[in-house]
Amino acid sequence: MQRFTISVFTEDFIGLLNRVSIVFTRRHLNIESITASESEVKGVHRYTIVLRTTEEQVQKVVKQLERLVDVLKAFYHANDDTIYQEIALYKLNTDAFSSGNAEMIVRQHHARILSVTKDYTVIEKTGHKEDTQALFTDLETIGVLEFARSGRVSITKPMKSLATYLNELEALN
Amino acid sequence: METTTLKNKEVLSTVLQEISGAEAVIKILLEEGVDTVFGYPGGAIMPVYDALYGYREQLKHVLTRHEQGATHAAQGYARVSGKVGVCFATSGPGATNLITGLADAMIDSTPLVCITGQVHSSLLGTDAFQETDVVGISMPVTKWNCQVTSAKDLEKVLAKAFYVARSGRPGPVLVDITKDAQFELFEYNYKSCTKVRSYIPKPRLDLSQLVFAADLINQAKKPLVLVGQGVLLAEAETELKIFLEKIGAPAAWTLLGLSALPSDHYLNVGMLGMHGNYAPNIKTNECDVLIAIGMRFDDRVTGDLKRYAKQAKVVHLEIDPAEINKNVYAHAPVLGDAKESLKALTELLVPNEHDTWLNSFRLLEEEEKKQVITPQLHPNEGELLMAEVVRRVSEATLHDAVLVTDVGQHQMVASRYFKFKNSKNSVTSGGLGTMGFALPAALGAKMAKPKQTVVAFIGDGGFQMTLQELGTIQQENLAVKIIILNNNYLGMVRQWQELFFERRYSETNISSPNFVALAGAYGIRGQRVNERVNLDEAITEMLEHDGAYLLEVMVKKEGNVFPMIETGSSVSEIRLS
Repeated sequence: MQRFTISVFTEDFIGLLNRVSIVFTRRHLNIESITASESEVKGVHRYTIVLRTTEEQVQKVVKQLERLVDVLKAFYHANDDTIYQEIALYKLNTDAFSSGNAEMIVRQHHARILSVTKDYTVIEKTGHKEDTQALFTDLETIGVLEFARSGRVSITKPMKSLATYLNELEALN
Repeated sequence: METTTLKNKEVLSTVLQEISGAEAVIKILLEEGVDTVFGYPGGAIMPVYDALYGYREQLKHVLTRHEQGATHAAQGYARVSGKVGVCFATSGPGATNLITGLADAMIDSTPLVCITGQVHSSLLGTDAFQETDVVGISMPVTKWNCQVTSAKDLEKVLAKAFYVARSGRPGPVLVDITKDAQFELFEYNYKSCTKVRSYIPKPRLDLSQLVFAADLINQAKKPLVLVGQGVLLAEAETELKIFLEKIGAPAAWTLLGLSALPSDHYLNVGMLGMHGNYAPNIKTNECDVLIAIGMRFDDRVTGDLKRYAKQAKVVHLEIDPAEINKNVYAHAPVLGDAKESLKALTELLVPNEHDTWLNSFRLLEEEEKKQVITPQLHPNEGELLMAEVVRRVSEATLHDAVLVTDVGQHQMVASRYFKFKNSKNSVTSGGLGTMGFALPAALGAKMAKPKQTVVAFIGDGGFQMTLQELGTIQQENLAVKIIILNNNYLGMVRQWQELFFERRYSETNISSPNFVALAGAYGIRGQRVNERVNLDEAITEMLEHDGAYLLEVMVKKEGNVFPMIETGSSVSEIRLS
């Protein structure tokens, strides 16, 4: 078992997320995080999906994703092959925040303070899951009112561009 | 005032050559070469049915008695004709009743286009009367599906629907059209689809793959060929024959590959899998090169994968990249359409013979004949057996009928013993194993090939799942020959209970109505045969009768299908008794 990032490039149609996720549920695979966004090519959407499984399973899943009519291309990568990032937001009680050793924690973790009001303070931290989790653990000593972490966004290290893949697809069709 | 506006609108649309979405649906079907539709009307699809009324001379509609029947009929139609089967259904329950047929068509790669009506687009998501999320529900069981909420999108969506359904590895497509889109007027200008940028139906042949596969085959001392439905779908029967005869390799078939190769071909060594023939199953674990063509190594074919053909190099000719290495590792994958792949591969092969290897199949075949086949086909006494009924019907139809089977013991027996001269003459529910499939599928097959004899073998259990389709057969006056092999049991489940559950016959004892009287109520002639002496005459009467006929044959109550590979066993552990 290993953590993989799957990138799925699709047309921009209603319901595609459902079709994509069915490929995982059919094989009883649990998705750890999923992020949908636009890609660098106009009209092409990308899903970044993170899960833990075996390489054999992930290969089969990627083939079944590519088989979907409206999927242009799907790839999988081990963590080493991608540059990835997540973002987390933390809401704390402003009184608690200013009385504790919050400054130290924020400095140590290179976090940002996004918003301060009379009632609450919101801190932002980008990084890998371990980093955002470590900040959460430290802030818990002060008390975290609300915590949210995004799914992974990921860029692959190989230099071949999506446009090149799309051109190859065009040539095959 | 309102009438004037309506009239003005009509005038305007005539000038602009506008038509309704509903009429466009019918026109598109005609442009796509559809001549027959199976369906059932209801509220949300009424505009389409209204448009159909104006085209009823050009487009034949068959009113089935249940939407599930419509899908299976369309499957039967598609499987024997090679064309896309088309269904209409209304929203809500009409749409959900399609699901079993869609799932069956999905797993057996049958091209279908199902068109469902949907509530008005303003009501979507409000739990309106007969609203159901059929696009969501049908997603796992369709190759593609789409909801249309404006008539302007209909041409593009339906064109893509037909293209996707019939191209590449075929499959079912569902298009859900809201009622307002059916009413909406728009300027019609249809162009069929020849390309979808994200979808490659046929992978291009790769010469290096072909050369590698050819090398393995040329060096093979003991090659074994597995023939799947991919050969039928690609219409590669001739290419298959040339390929086989050039290398002199024995060929066995999957349930859905049945009829691709004539039964009496000297290289045809029989059926694979759980109830297949003795020799090809045992030899799977002895061959040195296993050549799989258009098949997906289903678990009913492979038995225990850990002990499946481990000694062999596997050559896999397949159109769907996702099937490569899915269940069995392919040393030499050849991606492409079976027709193109076989043709190109054959050119690279050296003519060969494998007589000793072939003879080793004959020896096992003799053993199976002695222990199973002869006693099954030619019993001298005792209760009637399914196999002898199948043999006699096959002989009486000169081995040239379309065989439609349901699911269970009779299906395995009929597939084992019915003989074929021509391709696409077998229709059955393979992957999904849908009881109730045969009666509607048979009427669909008869619609596609009205001049050919269509015989449907069905068990007493499966027949009672969709027997309402007798009404369709009556209304359309279809000369389907229905043979119920009645053992008063859900036979296959009972067999498993006998073998693996200590004969605890839990809920497999099933009673039946008077089937002959039931057929009679639908104006369909029939008779029941209890004794061997009456069988031949009854079959002759059935086949000579000008119209549908129901023949009920009372067969051995606790008969078992052998050979058999038990679940979890290896193919070479196939047992004869």
